[in-house]
Amino acid sequence: MLLDDNDIQTICLTLKLASITTIILLIIGTLLAWWLTHSKRKWKKIINAIVALPLVLPPSVLGFYLLLAMGPNGFVGKITNALGISPLPFTFSGLVVASVLYSLPFMVQPLNNAFESIGKRPLEVAATLRASPLDAFFSVILPMALPGYLTASILTFAHTVGEFGVVLMIGGNIPGKTRVSSVQIYDHVEALEYAAAHRLALVMVIFSFLVLLALYIWNPKSKKE
Amino acid sequence: MDNIEARFNLSFSNFNLDVNIKIPCQGVTAILGHSGSGKTTLLRCIAGLDYVKNGFLSYGGEVWQNEKFLLPTNKRPLGYVFQEAHLFPHLNVLENIGYGLKRTKTLNEVINLDQIIGLLGINGILTRRPEKLSGGEKQRVAIARALAVNPRLLLMDEPLASLDTKLKQEVLPYLQKLHNELKIPILYVTHSPQEVSQLADYLIVMKSGKVLANGPLSETFSKTGLPVYLGDEIGVIIEGIIGEIDTKWNLVRIDFDGGILWVPDNEQMILNQKVRTRIIARDVSIAKKEPEKCSIQNKLSGKIVQILNDQHKGKLLIYVSIGGSVFVSRLTRKASSELALTVDDHVWVQIKSVAIL
Repeated sequence: MLLDDNDIQTICLTLKLASITTIILLIIGTLLAWWLTHSKRKWKKIINAIVALPLVLPPSVLGFYLLLAMGPNGFVGKITNALGISPLPFTFSGLVVASVLYSLPFMVQPLNNAFESIGKRPLEVAATLRASPLDAFFSVILPMALPGYLTASILTFAHTVGEFGVVLMIGGNIPGKTRVSSVQIYDHVEALEYAAAHRLALVMVIFSFLVLLALYIWNPKSKKE
Repeated sequence: MDNIEARFNLSFSNFNLDVNIKIPCQGVTAILGHSGSGKTTLLRCIAGLDYVKNGFLSYGGEVWQNEKFLLPTNKRPLGYVFQEAHLFPHLNVLENIGYGLKRTKTLNEVINLDQIIGLLGINGILTRRPEKLSGGEKQRVAIARALAVNPRLLLMDEPLASLDTKLKQEVLPYLQKLHNELKIPILYVTHSPQEVSQLADYLIVMKSGKVLANGPLSETFSKTGLPVYLGDEIGVIIEGIIGEIDTKWNLVRIDFDGGILWVPDNEQMILNQKVRTRIIARDVSIAKKEPEKCSIQNKLSGKIVQILNDQHKGKLLIYVSIGGSVFVSRLTRKASSELALTVDDHVWVQIKSVAIL
């Protein structure tokens, strides 16, 4: 067997985390990207900058603040406490929340671009053809933005798979709960288990390559008509 | 007769809209103006795509917008054709046409789908994707799509403007067919006096957000203020019927309210057919006495009703009423002065060329 049970467990956890994060971000990202595309408010530039922050911040900075916020004295911690939910740090839920924030720009930006290039006109056309705004979104905008959704989902998924710093800060390193592949590789290296680290790292390289290859093959924009 | 009543008042630093009009709910009403005249904004307000605060809009007594109420676009019984076709790229031609049809609840069909497809000649392309269509085909599909919702009002925003001259000539006959065969009132925004004279029954002329003139086509075309605006294209539209076809000289006689005009024939002409002619002001000359032995065949007598300044300082526009029709002649100031033309003078009008539309 190429990978041991622990490795397989971390891979499963990683895929679970990436899937859940992508699904949550499909909903949040759509709403946020739609608002950013069509709002005329001046402070949307501020929101734009905040959404892009995870692109430039060291993951440890993001993780540090999230840890403070989710801790018993942070504002998220106080909310979870009031709701009777156990604190988020060092849980899988905490990891999901952190990943959603960390991968936000990878979902929002491609969707924002897709919505911008579609523009308002198809909505207006749909309205003159009796479609309500919600109907028009699902019957016109969604199919037209499909390449954007594909790009955004793949980038989000792949990026979540690859995160390390935030995971380590928020999730710690609890086997079966918060230990994802990137952390596992780190552990292998720390323990000088280079062969094990190699195997898992190679899986990650192949996975990432395949994802990006799929992205370039499927994206209709790169196809020549 | 039912009307569309529209009152919109909007003022920005660089754009104003100040409109208070009644538009008849029948025939083709053209809204003519340069870009920035507010004609498209007016159309978009009528469609509910643009919103003007405190505006008022009603269609045949049914209120679509007032101070307290705004009927959303998707609930208004209208069809809209945009300047570009804007077909949905993920649907084929038939699915594009079916998009609005599926969502239309009213079943009192004025026209059915087969009729629409036949009328616009798109039978052969129903399964094609929009990207495989020519510009003219796209625009015809867009018109079919707008008609398929069985609109009680069809709004068209420069539907020919994005097409080149050749494609314009391809689509225009279909628009004329719509006009002749459908009972739906059409509001047609354009900057082309040519299209207006070929399609419209009523005319609204807009400039800087205001309505300059408004009324039946031929009347409005020759009304005060318009000449300057229409520049070289000033003329009149005369409607008449073909009273005689002279095969010896290849001419046809058009009988209109005020007299007759002889024009070269063409193969499509039928006796008693209703025709529309356009006579441009520079092709009309004026004489005090009946001209004799002149190469110009069409001469008519009438009375000068008004004299206006032309856009060009050296020229005047002389309006002559002949029976129930008004002709416009563009003369140099010098010629007018030598003839000593004044209002109420009886004059002879000679028409060098008549274009059948």
